[in-house]
Amino acid sequence: MTAPTTTAAPATSGQLATFRLDGDLYGVEVEHVQEVLRSQQLTRVPLAPTAVAGLINLRGQVVTAIELRERLGRPPRPEGTDAVVIVVRLHGEAVSLLVDSIADVVDVDANDFEAPPDTLEGQARDLIRGAYKLDGQLLLALDVQKAVSA
Amino acid sequence: MDGLDDIVEEFLVESHENLDQLDADLVALEKEPNSRERLSSIFRTIHTIKGTSGFLAFNRLEEVTHVGENMLSRLRDGELALTPHRTSVLLQMVDVVRALLTTIEASGGEGGVDVSAAVSAISAAMENGDGPAAEAPAAEAPAAAPVAEVAAPVAAAEKAPAKKAPAKRASRAKAAPAPAPAAPVEEPVAAPAAELPADLPVEPALPAVAEEHPVSEPAVADHPEGEVASPDAAAGSGRRAVADSTIRVDVDLLDELMLLVGELVLTRNQIVQYVGRSNDTDLLRASQRLNLIASELQEGVMKTRMQPIDHIWSKLPRVVRDLGLQLKKSIRLEMEGRETELDKTLLEAVKDPLTHLVRNGVDHGIESPEERKAAGKPAEGVLTLRARHESGQVVVEVADDGAGIDPVKLGAKAVQRGLLTQDALGRMSPADILQLIFLPGFSTAAAVTNVSGRGVGMDVVKTNIESIGGTIEVESDAGKGTVCRLRIPLTLAIVPALTVECATDRYAIPQISLQELVSLDAEKAVNAVEEVGGAQVYRLRGELLPLVRLTDVLGITSERHDGHVVIAVLRSEGRRFGLVVDRVINTEEIVVKAVGGQLKSIGLYSGATVLGDGTVALILDVQALARRALRTESLDRQESRASVGQSTAAETERQRMLLASIGGGRRVAIPLDTVTRLEQVRTDSVEKVGNREVVQYRGAILPIVRLDRHLGAYGETDHEVLEVIVYSDHGRSVAIVVEEILDIVDGEAAVRSDIEDMGLLGSAVLGDRVTELLDVRAAILAADPAFYSSPTTPAGVSDSLLEV
Repeated sequence: MTAPTTTAAPATSGQLATFRLDGDLYGVEVEHVQEVLRSQQLTRVPLAPTAVAGLINLRGQVVTAIELRERLGRPPRPEGTDAVVIVVRLHGEAVSLLVDSIADVVDVDANDFEAPPDTLEGQARDLIRGAYKLDGQLLLALDVQKAVSA
Repeated sequence: MDGLDDIVEEFLVESHENLDQLDADLVALEKEPNSRERLSSIFRTIHTIKGTSGFLAFNRLEEVTHVGENMLSRLRDGELALTPHRTSVLLQMVDVVRALLTTIEASGGEGGVDVSAAVSAISAAMENGDGPAAEAPAAEAPAAAPVAEVAAPVAAAEKAPAKKAPAKRASRAKAAPAPAPAAPVEEPVAAPAAELPADLPVEPALPAVAEEHPVSEPAVADHPEGEVASPDAAAGSGRRAVADSTIRVDVDLLDELMLLVGELVLTRNQIVQYVGRSNDTDLLRASQRLNLIASELQEGVMKTRMQPIDHIWSKLPRVVRDLGLQLKKSIRLEMEGRETELDKTLLEAVKDPLTHLVRNGVDHGIESPEERKAAGKPAEGVLTLRARHESGQVVVEVADDGAGIDPVKLGAKAVQRGLLTQDALGRMSPADILQLIFLPGFSTAAAVTNVSGRGVGMDVVKTNIESIGGTIEVESDAGKGTVCRLRIPLTLAIVPALTVECATDRYAIPQISLQELVSLDAEKAVNAVEEVGGAQVYRLRGELLPLVRLTDVLGITSERHDGHVVIAVLRSEGRRFGLVVDRVINTEEIVVKAVGGQLKSIGLYSGATVLGDGTVALILDVQALARRALRTESLDRQESRASVGQSTAAETERQRMLLASIGGGRRVAIPLDTVTRLEQVRTDSVEKVGNREVVQYRGAILPIVRLDRHLGAYGETDHEVLEVIVYSDHGRSVAIVVEEILDIVDGEAAVRSDIEDMGLLGSAVLGDRVTELLDVRAAILAADPAFYSSPTTPAGVSDSLLEV
């Protein structure tokens, strides 16, 4: 996504549920988040896109799990560490994102918003709406919609 | 409502609903007399009832609604103004209609309900809406009104003899003499009243309704709403009224219920699985009850969504007639099994494909009368629709007795259109060629007319049927006709499925596609699974079955290294293939869950489900699997058919076999060396010990195993004499009952498979027929569970003896 489209997804104030992934801090709009779960048993789906980590059983509902590391072009999660599952609800359908760990819910201010840094490359750039400049840290706003359309 | 036919019943339910609405509408109308919308709605309701009652020959109902309609139409058009009195008579009409409906419901006929009063009142009000003369009695002295109204028509009848239909009603009770003298009201109403002279009397058969009715009338004039219940009450003679016994339910609500039941079934599966591991008998008992109740609930909820297939069939005679006329063909449509029920959603989904198939049958299947005569067939073609339940599915067939499809022409067309090569065509069986009509390339009109066969949009039909988890296949007998067979699941939400394991993951295969399971141990697998031009095949009862390894299709690595081969024999689009999996887990009812778009696009999974232990399993889309895997392999397998004969010689081993039939056309081979004697036993000498059958034989008690029951065949049971094969060992004997001893042959155990059916070791081709190899040990144990447990069990009854 290039500059014009970035402005189309305007900076918003509000609350972001944040999580960590490969050392970076990301956030998704709180209203999209349905729940957060400890690591779940995954049923792999042969022939599925690589970002599809598998299917999980969410109280009888079958939910696709997207490996966000793969989606953002990051290296795989180190052996022995469990992913945390963030279940998001989009258009009535539940999808889950696998992340490293969950962090706080953060109030963000539109004034702190900036377009994705130019250094952000390719695949990941499409999925990041922009960055909020927090104290001492950047919070990358994830475009959930795009992230789950693997 | 046994006495009423469906149409009447539907009419009653609908009318009762409409009347309730009408009451409310009329009262509301009084408050806003100028609402044309409300008037129109009321008018429509009455009009509908009138139309239907005329159609159903409820003449009095028609009469009363007819005058009501007249008045309403004039009110609607502004010719009349709505006065309280007019509202009252309209409400009175509603009550009369209600009383009539109640009588119809109770007796199937209109009985003795008196409509003349209402008719005359309405007519009077129409002529003289504000006329105080007419209104006075009704409004001010309600008790007097009925008398006046009732009297009027009688007086009129005396004056003017019935003009219309007196004969019809002559059989009814004779007119009771009207007690009251004609009231002033009679003048304006004389004309309409003359039409119904004989209706006034009370029919003795139905005193309740008739008596109650006049009483209600005065009240109606003043308190219309309060009167609503009373006619219904009059009908309440023990059974529920039609309107009370049915209820309209939002389909969404049913869907939701179905979903919940699905969840319940899942949870039930989990609980049953956990309980299976425990030893708590109380818990076990409770879980069994839960199991039972959940199944019944599931069935019940499914039933609420079931509708007979006749709902969609009923439109087809018209389609056939019109199309036949247009094409100048004479066609008779026959229907079998029209009461077969299936899920409403599925019914909707099947409607278009079915119509399409029927049109196709008329258009392309059945020939013109001239051609038919030339072919020695009756000029009238027959299109037959059949529906039936078959092993948890609904099978719907559209059969015609037309020219059939010529595989040669069809194949040539396919080659010409570049859908496959001449070479490939040469290797296809006629049955396979027929399925080509489902290829998208055949969906143009040109292809169809040229090929004398089907094809218009057959690919669309197929896609539609498959989208609801069904299958379609076509069979054709050149010159005799074509059959299109749809197999549709009973319901979409819950399907019986086989769960299999492959590379530690579990997958579900809908039972609808599953034919049988074959399990080969490593030793057998080496010989039984052969390679033909790089493709693996297995000989299933002499037929070559192309094998598809699930691991290969899914691009994963099998975890099974012991050489065992487990084959699920699947059927798709009229073709069979064997899916090789690591192991079979079990069969269970699974609840189909949709998968996200990312997975749909893979095209191999029709959904996912949650298994008993809570893990998610993917549901394999057998059609897609076949299409993907067989595209190349199907070409190879035909050519290998020719080579069957040669390769068998190597593993030939000979054994003397006793051949016996067990009924249902099944033949069983029993190794001769396990047979000690053949006997005949009179059926009436069979006695019972507990639930086992025994017979006295040479001073000993001989336990009996009836092979047909043991193997699940259905032999005739009314033989006088039973053919018995006696097997003895160390002083113990059992009698194996067969239908007929056929022969003793030298068995070539080469062409055999290992269908793991209960009680069988496998099957072989003996004397050109498929013959099942009896698991003698299992058969004996069925008759005498202690047979082998005797301490003297000899080495003689070893496995080697029993293994054929």
